[in-house]
Amino acid sequence: MGSPMRIRAASKDGVTEVRILMNHEMETGQRRDGAGNVVPAWFIQEVKASLNGKNVMQAQWGPSIAKNPYLAFKVKGGKAGDKVSVTWVDNKGDSRTDEANVT
Amino acid sequence: MNRRTFCAVTAVLSLTVASAAGAQQASWGPGADDTAFATMLQASFRNAGRVTVERLKQDETQAFCSDPQLATSKAAAKQAEAIEAANLASVKWPSDGKWLGDWKSGERIAQSGRGLTWTDSPTQASGGNCYNCHQIDAKEISHGTIGPSLHQYRKLKGGTEQVMRETWAKIYNSKSSNACSNMPRAGHMGILKETELQDIMALLLDPESPVNK
Amino acid sequence: MNARLAAALVAALAAVAVFGGARAQDKDDTAKGIEAYREALKDGNPAELFEMAGEELWNKPAGPKNASLQGCDLGLGPGKVEGAFAQLPRYFADTDKVQDVESRLLTCMSALQGIDTQEYVDARFGTPKKNDLIALATYISGASKDKPVAVTLAHPKARQMYELGKRMFFFQAGPHDFSCATCHGEEGRRIRMQDLPNIMTKEGAAAGWTSWPAYRVSSGQMWSMQWRLNDCFRQQRFPEPIYASDMTVALSMYMAANANGSTVATPGIKR
Repeated sequence: MGSPMRIRAASKDGVTEVRILMNHEMETGQRRDGAGNVVPAWFIQEVKASLNGKNVMQAQWGPSIAKNPYLAFKVKGGKAGDKVSVTWVDNKGDSRTDEANVT
Repeated sequence: MNRRTFCAVTAVLSLTVASAAGAQQASWGPGADDTAFATMLQASFRNAGRVTVERLKQDETQAFCSDPQLATSKAAAKQAEAIEAANLASVKWPSDGKWLGDWKSGERIAQSGRGLTWTDSPTQASGGNCYNCHQIDAKEISHGTIGPSLHQYRKLKGGTEQVMRETWAKIYNSKSSNACSNMPRAGHMGILKETELQDIMALLLDPESPVNK
Repeated sequence: MNARLAAALVAALAAVAVFGGARAQDKDDTAKGIEAYREALKDGNPAELFEMAGEELWNKPAGPKNASLQGCDLGLGPGKVEGAFAQLPRYFADTDKVQDVESRLLTCMSALQGIDTQEYVDARFGTPKKNDLIALATYISGASKDKPVAVTLAHPKARQMYELGKRMFFFQAGPHDFSCATCHGEEGRRIRMQDLPNIMTKEGAAAGWTSWPAYRVSSGQMWSMQWRLNDCFRQQRFPEPIYASDMTVALSMYMAANANGSTVATPGIKR
């Protein structure tokens, strides 16, 4: 079920900036291990974010994203105390959802 | 560490003490707290891969240079000269009489920093580590600055027999002219083979090498 | 000098000036570019993920005694984490030893949780047991962020550790004759493009000491000071330092005391 994300969301002048750190190996499927075997691809394919339950951001990802990805975006609206929820799903079907309050 | 190595380390340490006698009142260097230092070394390292704790055993040059206060002092100038002479005497000159090999191969050796670590396989050829510290071919911008630039080496130094000899001695055993040089002793310590030394020589001294273009 | 020659000379000098200026500009831009890259990395440092993991490990009961590390004394009293890292390594009366954060963690795991820590000492870096220790060290170091480094050499054993660390710093051995000082004993030197801090100065020691544990972008790994030292000795062609051994603590004491008064910047981020 993946390891926890670090989510920060801050609202200023009617715009909320959300910053997310995700804990994920993001294997490309191109690398080989010490024994010469291909390390199977393992990466986040989809990221969704919602503000108070309303979907505000959706991304399709591939293997070119770095290990332990960092994602930041801005969304109109949102105020202190609102709830930001972020979910990722990887190519193995694993997923993780974490929440944070807007400050 | 096995007991033999431990004894060897202790022996080297006491040797340093003897040679530094009188000049040494430091609170930290060789001569101060030698037992604690030897105990710490013994307890703090282990064998890994093919690298064993035998490597903690210092030769005379290493022991001398591990005490920079002494090594740079006037009092030790004679000792430094003796160390340089001993290192110079260890230099083996090219067995086929040729100073210069293949500069292209020399460039590859100069680029490589591999070899002799506990993660390197025993079959891994050692590199010369040259670019880690020196500018050489100006095309390589990723070069270190611990050593001087060697770009245009032949143009600046010339290609005389004297220069060939001095350069060979420097690469084979850098301590032959500077007792506590930061540079490894590539030939003396068996890091590079004779032909590899000739290739490095060519990188610096072949008129066709990009270093001299 | 005739007028034509003078004009040619002026032109030549101007050309040199422009060329020289362009070169200096290039260098500045490169340095600025690298600086900007490093700044960008700091926003969203994945080290925070390891801080979170470390905090969880600190609070979670584990080991044969099923106890947490919340009672661990890092020098400021049991359970006091904030500010503790800035004063490590330090002398601990209960073990009668000078310890850094990682060797102290081993003591607490053994005493409080009943864990056989030898497995943690022997485990390779990058494997789960070492990663747990490093996550814990990252969490503890983060709780001293922005605090001044303040290690004390007042206890004779702390002073002795410092002197032994200084001696180790200059200890040459192995096929390459390398000591720590070979690379870290001079101002403004590089290996390839990597700047080398001069650990003998306060600024250099601060650059080395205050930024580890750090997340390494190139490998995606979180490295502690113990891992940093381990890899230094590998590159020195030394045998492998034993994790949390006295020698590693002694070198840490040498660096930390030289860096006294500088600001803790951990967890850091490196290329």
